[in-house]
Amino acid sequence: MSIIETHRLTKKYGKYRGITELDLSIEEGEFFGFIGPNGAGKSTTIRTLLGLIKPTSGSAEIFGKDIIKAHREILADIGYMPSEANFYSTMTAEEIIKLSARLRKRDCSAEAARLCERLGVDRKKRIEELSLGNKKKVSIVCALQHEPRLCILDEPTSGLDPLMQKEFFDILRERNKKGSTIMLSSHILSEIQKNCDRAAIIKEGRLTALDSVENLSRTAAKRVTLHGISAVPGGLEAVDVNSAEGSVSFLYSGGIPKLITALAGLDITDMTVTEPDLEEIFMHYYEKEKGGERR
Amino acid sequence: MTVYANEMKRSLKALIIWSLAIGAMIMICIAMFPDLKNETEKMGSMFANMGSFTDAFGMDKLDFGQLMGFYGIECGNVLGIGGGMFAALAGISALANEEKEHTAEFLLTHPVSRASVMIQKLTAALTQVAVLNMFTVCASLATAAAVGESFDKKQFVLIHAAFLVMQAELCCIAFGISAFIKRGSLGIGLGLALAMYFMNLLCNMSSDAEFLKYVTPYAYAEPSDIISENAVDGALMAVGCCLAAAGAVTAFIKYGKKDISA
Repeated sequence: MSIIETHRLTKKYGKYRGITELDLSIEEGEFFGFIGPNGAGKSTTIRTLLGLIKPTSGSAEIFGKDIIKAHREILADIGYMPSEANFYSTMTAEEIIKLSARLRKRDCSAEAARLCERLGVDRKKRIEELSLGNKKKVSIVCALQHEPRLCILDEPTSGLDPLMQKEFFDILRERNKKGSTIMLSSHILSEIQKNCDRAAIIKEGRLTALDSVENLSRTAAKRVTLHGISAVPGGLEAVDVNSAEGSVSFLYSGGIPKLITALAGLDITDMTVTEPDLEEIFMHYYEKEKGGERR
Repeated sequence: MTVYANEMKRSLKALIIWSLAIGAMIMICIAMFPDLKNETEKMGSMFANMGSFTDAFGMDKLDFGQLMGFYGIECGNVLGIGGGMFAALAGISALANEEKEHTAEFLLTHPVSRASVMIQKLTAALTQVAVLNMFTVCASLATAAAVGESFDKKQFVLIHAAFLVMQAELCCIAFGISAFIKRGSLGIGLGLALAMYFMNLLCNMSSDAEFLKYVTPYAYAEPSDIISENAVDGALMAVGCCLAAAGAVTAFIKYGKKDISA
């Protein structure tokens, strides 16, 4: 069953583009990645789904219910972590966490205590005394303490140290195993590649790819590294070229025979051809598009 | 009720400070009255002969030598300006501060409807206004009793009832504006209260500006009129109540469909 489904969802800010005719479908129980650079429309999509902003046209359903008509019902089962954690600055972390639970009319004290323990939240401190990372931790507790059916996380790891990031993803994977659906928006592709089953790529407000992370990674493009020469052999279409003294590395998406022909007779001392990681594909994708626009 | 309780808790400090400040000024004024009373024979005629200044503050209609007359001018201005500012600030910051401090995103992604948030926030702001006024009334009565003076009961009740409605109106209008703005709420709030206050002064001074009495709530809360008429102008107050309702309704319509900025 689809837990999130959008139909030609569009949001315009006056003349500015937000998102354009987005058709997205996320299944219950998935660990879903939402990829795009800053300004691509990730947050706009999420904020529309949560009812913070109203769609210009199109519609969306969460848990099979319309996001506008069943707004409150839907929010009761969602845990949301915004990209920037902002709370009432004079309240303590403890008060914020309790307020969040009360707003949900739930007693989540046991789970809140567990989460605070694991993340090392200093509950007695006022929000204004907390660093960005520590505010993020409070935000995590608020998003997860009521054990929501759907977690929507907007660039959740910025400001968290690597150890905390690991703990955070451990918690998310445990939740996911227990049946929660996770929607993770990020521009850090390794995060998506490591954790997500499926992912959508959004670019300039439009959905450009929606597939399993495995399939997204398995494209025709190869990372070719050649030693002994420092320029891309003539006749090859290469992007993301890195050349150094005595070696060159590039992404190549043409046919293999053409590559072999181009390499024949060159003074190559060593070479590797590997599957690019998601990050490279993403770059490849964007570079190609940019090139297309330039022409 | 959670939003209401949280609003009250967060504004408690400001409420206490404003109440103490306004209460203290009123107590000082009343405490000075017995000494002033004897000198007001002369002062009274002086105050009554200061031209438009006299008109502006309604001093031609009041007797400075009587506690009610003195109270109407001195305390009326303190509670009029102070209470008006507090009410406008409470109203204007209710919605705008959430956006300014980016806490609206936190609040509105919980299962509460915007309508419920607005009702609770407006009720909290009005409660604060009521508490401030109750505190002031108690301070006045206690001080008057301490210096052995007593108020005309009816006039005292009418003045304070009119002040309460006046401040509630300012609060509701500010709340309506609050739904439209994202920052700078402090200046707009204070500006609103002061603009209304000066409109009433203008209205008292010049008959050309008399139409302003339908705009500013200070017109029906003018102690000199209430004391000399022994009544509150019901028609003006009704207009005021309509303006207050318009402010609140505007907020509901605007904030209900507003895009919350990130």
